[in-house]
Amino acid sequence: MEIRKGIAVSPGIAIAKPMLIDSRDYRIPRRSILQSNRAREIQRLRKAFATAISELEEIGSAQDVKQSKIQDIFAVHMRFLRDRSFRKRITDFISNELVTAEYAVSTILREIASHFAGIDDSYISERAADIYDIEKRLLIRLLGKRQEEVDHLREEVVILASDLTPTQTAGFNRSFVKGFATEKGGRTSHTAIVARSLGIPAVVALGDLSSEVPPDCVVIVDGNRGVVVIDPDEDTLKQYDQYALQMTQFVSKLDELRELPADTRDGTHIQLMGNIEFPDEAQFVTEKGGEGIGLYRTEFLYLYGGQEPTEEDHYEAYAEAVRAVSGKPVVIRTMDIGADKLPHAGWHANESNPVLGLRSIRYCLQALPLFKTQLRAILRASVLGDVRVMFPLITNLQELRQAKMILRDVMEDLDEYAVPYNAEMPIGIMIETPSSALTASLLANESSFFSIGTNDLIQYTLAVDRANEHVSTLFSGAEPAILRLLRSVIQDAHKAGIGLSVCGELASDPEFIMLLLGMGIRILSLAPPMIPEIKKVIRSVTIEECNQLSRKVATMDSHRQIKNYLRDATMRILPETF
Amino acid sequence: MSKSTHEIEVEIRNPEGLHMRPAMQFVDLANSFDSDISVSHQDVSVDAKSIMQMTMLAATCGTRLKITATGADAGQAIQALQDLVENKFSDDPEAAVSEKEG
Repeated sequence: MEIRKGIAVSPGIAIAKPMLIDSRDYRIPRRSILQSNRAREIQRLRKAFATAISELEEIGSAQDVKQSKIQDIFAVHMRFLRDRSFRKRITDFISNELVTAEYAVSTILREIASHFAGIDDSYISERAADIYDIEKRLLIRLLGKRQEEVDHLREEVVILASDLTPTQTAGFNRSFVKGFATEKGGRTSHTAIVARSLGIPAVVALGDLSSEVPPDCVVIVDGNRGVVVIDPDEDTLKQYDQYALQMTQFVSKLDELRELPADTRDGTHIQLMGNIEFPDEAQFVTEKGGEGIGLYRTEFLYLYGGQEPTEEDHYEAYAEAVRAVSGKPVVIRTMDIGADKLPHAGWHANESNPVLGLRSIRYCLQALPLFKTQLRAILRASVLGDVRVMFPLITNLQELRQAKMILRDVMEDLDEYAVPYNAEMPIGIMIETPSSALTASLLANESSFFSIGTNDLIQYTLAVDRANEHVSTLFSGAEPAILRLLRSVIQDAHKAGIGLSVCGELASDPEFIMLLLGMGIRILSLAPPMIPEIKKVIRSVTIEECNQLSRKVATMDSHRQIKNYLRDATMRILPETF
Repeated sequence: MSKSTHEIEVEIRNPEGLHMRPAMQFVDLANSFDSDISVSHQDVSVDAKSIMQMTMLAATCGTRLKITATGADAGQAIQALQDLVENKFSDDPEAAVSEKEG
């Protein structure tokens, strides 16, 4: 039995067999094979070579490549892949050492690369990079096979990985994946966001997991305490079975709240909406008692499949989500990632600080065809229900005006083809930068609604990267600076009489609910699994209590003091949450 | 045709040595013959048909290489490889020739 401590990012307990996913940085653990599987591994290797060669042929024949110097590089790669003695070194290694094809590729190619790198001739030492490139290409083929296995799961598993890319996470067959445990990542990593929105327990930042995981063992992912137990002993397993049962009972008790309104004890209704990433999660929002979708993150459309999504890809996804919530609002946020994350953008600039770089609305305003494609699809979907569009990362009025102008252009295009859309579709923005929070009164004049994205607002205001373990303790929504910004945004939105919600993580933190209500928030959008618990908090308090709490907090001067005060207050009304 | 072994010594004279293009040309040409062809430099001997091994040979300008071919077409192979090296791996034989003359 081995107990590992990490960061709990999605609550719940999962007990299942482990499924190891090899990481994207291709640190391939040594895995032995049986003598009888030797031929199979060599066959896998042969196939990987064949596919890699045909890929290179395709890339090399593209016109723009043909005319450039890159062609030489592809040609060299091709000759390596066709080099019999090169391949023989790998197959010999598989046969002699009885290891998997991916381990052999990784080991031998790294050997060759480091040999090249050590030669005192810059031409040859530079070839090391080619070898790494070839290694990567082969491993993608070999591990792609693994990815397929994950897609065709037939039993329940917990996923163990170094880190999961959005594409990997999106590709899982979700009915069989019961938990995630990753070596890297933080609370806002993709694994965390996806796990939370799917209601799958997850623990991240566990450190090295590649040490041997016994073949037929069971792994416990405890997403409440941030613990992963590999190969638990009988007592531990029993204890966890019991614990998991209690959790299920607590959750099903919460589920009984589904039909009840999210009203405070003194009768103020709070609208609870769901944050989603995939259209099929919309159903889940309704099941958990959510009143619509307060944040539809559309990034997955761009990250999945490796090609830029077509207008139809967008439209189908939006239509599915809109139909699933039957008439309730769906707030679609336009693309919110960096150019560096888009595989098809051809973006190679090296940004030293991508968080402050060309991303989100900034990129969209430059990549007009991509932006317009998404806007067309959103507009077309707007006739199917209550669709609203939201622009992320707005930092000033200029950007909002530009984005709206482009939206109007697209409307005119649709008019020309007599494509129907809702001309009155509400247009809102994310308030997630200090500059937008400070100029909220100006932005409110030209927005139908605000949604406060607390994660980024905290990151940019406090200048803290929460995924960075050295400073992550400084990341706190209870910092007076954050609360002052929130107060001023709320006041500005109320003065202008526009819609206002909180869609960041604070909205799903039970400890912050009373404060948010006390400050005047009436709409919260959160990960669907958290809806029942937050509803329980709301149904246990009065607005008067919340107002008092908020006034008291306004007099406090440190995040520690505020945090403790909020925790005590929540514990009094909802002891079983803790 | 009977098997025979041919051997020749050449000097790499293009300034960049057996770099990307020359190395590819050399390996491609070697692969067009049936004979087994090896290239040796000092005490290291490698397969002329393997880009990996040829790269490891690290043949820079001025390196003297011994090319050995064994097989039915060994004679032609040696001749062709010698021409390639002596023409400094030029893609354009005309230019190579005029350079040689000049």
